[in-house]
Amino acid sequence: MSTNGHTEKKRLTDPPATVKFRIQRREKEGASAYWETFEIKYRRNLNVISALMEIRKEPVTVDGKRTTPPVWDMSCLEQVCGICTMVIDGRVRQSCSALVDDLLLASGGDTISLQPMSKFPNVRDLKVDRSQMFEHLKQVHAWIELDGSHALGPGPHVSNELAQERYALSRCMTCGCCLEACPQYGDGNYIGPQAIAQARLFNMHPVGQITKEERLDGLMGDDGITACGNAQNCVKACPMSVPLTKAIYETNRDITVDALFGWLKK
Amino acid sequence: MSSGIKIAIVGGGLAGLAAAMKIAEAGHDVDLISVVPVKRSHSVCAQGGINGAVNTKGEGDSPAKHLDDTVYGGDFLANQPPVKRMCDMAPEIIYLFDRMGVPFSRTQEGLLDFRRFGGTLHHRTAFAGASTGQQLLYALDEQVRKWESAGKVNKYEGWEMLSLVLDDAQVCRGLIAMNLQTLELKAFAADAVIMATGGPGLIFGKSTNSMTCTGSATSICYQQGAKYANGEFIQVHPTSIPGEDKLRLMSESARGEGGRVWVPKADGDARRPQDIPESERWYFLEEKYPAYGNLVPRDIATREIFQVCLEGHGVGGENQVYLDLTHIDPETLTRKLGAILEIYEMFVGDDPRFVPMRIFPGVHYSMGGLWVDFEQRTNIPGLFAAGECDYSIHGANRLGANSLVSCVYGGFTAAPSAIEYAKNVERGASEVNGIHDAELKRQQELNDAVIKSEGGENQYQIHEELGKWMTDNVTVVRYNDRLKATDEKILELQDRMKRISINDSNLWATQAVPHARQLSNMLELARVITLGALNRNESRGAHYKPDFPDRDDENFMKTTIAEYSAESPVFSYEAVDVSLVEPRKRDYSSGKSKSH
Repeated sequence: MSTNGHTEKKRLTDPPATVKFRIQRREKEGASAYWETFEIKYRRNLNVISALMEIRKEPVTVDGKRTTPPVWDMSCLEQVCGICTMVIDGRVRQSCSALVDDLLLASGGDTISLQPMSKFPNVRDLKVDRSQMFEHLKQVHAWIELDGSHALGPGPHVSNELAQERYALSRCMTCGCCLEACPQYGDGNYIGPQAIAQARLFNMHPVGQITKEERLDGLMGDDGITACGNAQNCVKACPMSVPLTKAIYETNRDITVDALFGWLKK
Repeated sequence: MSSGIKIAIVGGGLAGLAAAMKIAEAGHDVDLISVVPVKRSHSVCAQGGINGAVNTKGEGDSPAKHLDDTVYGGDFLANQPPVKRMCDMAPEIIYLFDRMGVPFSRTQEGLLDFRRFGGTLHHRTAFAGASTGQQLLYALDEQVRKWESAGKVNKYEGWEMLSLVLDDAQVCRGLIAMNLQTLELKAFAADAVIMATGGPGLIFGKSTNSMTCTGSATSICYQQGAKYANGEFIQVHPTSIPGEDKLRLMSESARGEGGRVWVPKADGDARRPQDIPESERWYFLEEKYPAYGNLVPRDIATREIFQVCLEGHGVGGENQVYLDLTHIDPETLTRKLGAILEIYEMFVGDDPRFVPMRIFPGVHYSMGGLWVDFEQRTNIPGLFAAGECDYSIHGANRLGANSLVSCVYGGFTAAPSAIEYAKNVERGASEVNGIHDAELKRQQELNDAVIKSEGGENQYQIHEELGKWMTDNVTVVRYNDRLKATDEKILELQDRMKRISINDSNLWATQAVPHARQLSNMLELARVITLGALNRNESRGAHYKPDFPDRDDENFMKTTIAEYSAESPVFSYEAVDVSLVEPRKRDYSSGKSKSH
């Protein structure tokens, strides 16, 4: 039973009796933001979502003021649907996998701050509208063109190496962490790393390659790949370790090749 | 060019998207209604893989064996013809996803790789890492996005169904849904409606399900006259990670790849698991079921783990056992199971490649659901159902990796069935005679009543009590006196539900009003589950009563049908079609008992 390379995780040893949550509130889009602080009893194994659920049940601030329950999005709670993304202690991430012990250990305090992502319309409190991300996927034709969904036998032979490389890109859950962290993204001036990586995912597939140019076309405008400032924040912020910068680099290379030699095909 | 046919689909998981793709491809229009952006549907949580007897391992696997494993694993409660059709279609379904570009794991030759799963002796499960559901959902999401771009699919994401629109002849003419941001109600007129709304795990409070899996929409159909079948069959997954907010799934693929379940032989052994020598560990599944070992079907593994803990043999005397992968090379584990091992490490803090996981059973899946015929038609004309929300495939217990294939099969069958119906249904009158407006008004009044209600009860408290009672009394082991008491409790909760106060004065994007509507529907479905279990005096698959430990084919090889009435669900029983595989005793202690 090898434990080579295995280091035990650092644990919170002297937890506080209570934990405070400082939450940025907003009644609806366009309304002004304000802060409210709530306090709950500390328990082992709390994550941000279970704390929010407790606050929602009896929304009373630390000053004893009864208020409206904070609104946020949640679904799978296993960090695979991407919906519960928010900014926690200044860092964008999923609230389901944000463990209170880890947050307190990192900050050394007893207060955790929660804010909505800033790059998307703020619907209310911690809830944002990320539908623009799905629009970006349309722009890059992020799908394989099929002749039809009827039975046509198996797909092409693919090496496991290529399958694993594509799997890494395909784990993108459209959560928006990369866009929140990207200094270029916002106001519709840049399509952002997620869509570029999804274009790459399909361009790498033997059948997807056939319509590669349609995808590259979606990335050649002013809001396309040239708007990347190479800050490389995206890849650090990605909770699924999607190789975003590699995808951007490879797609950029494809576009250059396409621009150089594309006219030969016309 | 529009065909003039419009079909509304409720739910954008695997089944709903499969149906949407087929309908759009056939040239018809789809309104797709989903509480979350469809790419975030609960199908993303399916981990281990999708079954299909592609037989690439030279094991002599076949759709007939897949059928046999499925109906045997389901303890002979499923009608067999649709199961056969699903198993026959399964290889095609896997090939189609392969063509759509799903990054399935491959063999050295570049073919699809297959792993083993519970309840079979064959390598029949195609997989994309350990997040297969996510990958399959994304593939359909992409295809449907293409149809959305082409104008054939209109998505309504962030909308929740509140009711069906039925005409005077009880024919479904569309539905009413609520915008979860504005609380605006809208009538969706449709020639046919397909329900693809998944399972009802939230009735049990904490489960492996997503927070969207309330069962509310299926309960609405039931309350409006749709038959609900086999509600009492709830799968409790043997291996989940207990948490404050939910029970996170630990995929069966962990055992498929060689994971072993054990507890220390000495109760209360305080040593770290890695310090307990092999000879002092009790591999109780391997001991009791030498042929299948850790890969017995879920209902059996769950009961064994539950029993071991009940008898005080759990790790540290608590409700937990070890699921151990540490004997397998860490690099292989990362490649084959990376996604799920990350989930464990993320939430528990231990790395399962080096420290055995601590797991316990958790509510996972509903075999029961809306009654459908072999063409996915409910008993309400114009209403169809597919995926976990229909009851048709899994009988008394679902085999691992059969859910993804049944979702796609259901969607692929419901789509042509709904198109065929829509082509022939008499139309026109329903749009002009005001039934949509009338139903919209009725739903608005129900919303207004919820908003105005001021009795001081807390809806989240009621939900917690429901979850606790259901989990304690209507899951792994069931006793009639406790089931009766649970039904009385549900009646009490229904009464208190009338006196809730919505604790949110800001109605914009409020979660309180939708939750209150969902909870009322969940309580109705909880009665169907509980009373269905009370009435079934036998043990079969996931339904286990110590007072009736044997399967009773004479009295209970029957589908339970619940129909709504204001007082109490009305139960009846329907014979099961066992025309393809003759029922036999289920026994996994040696090789599976012979069929053909």
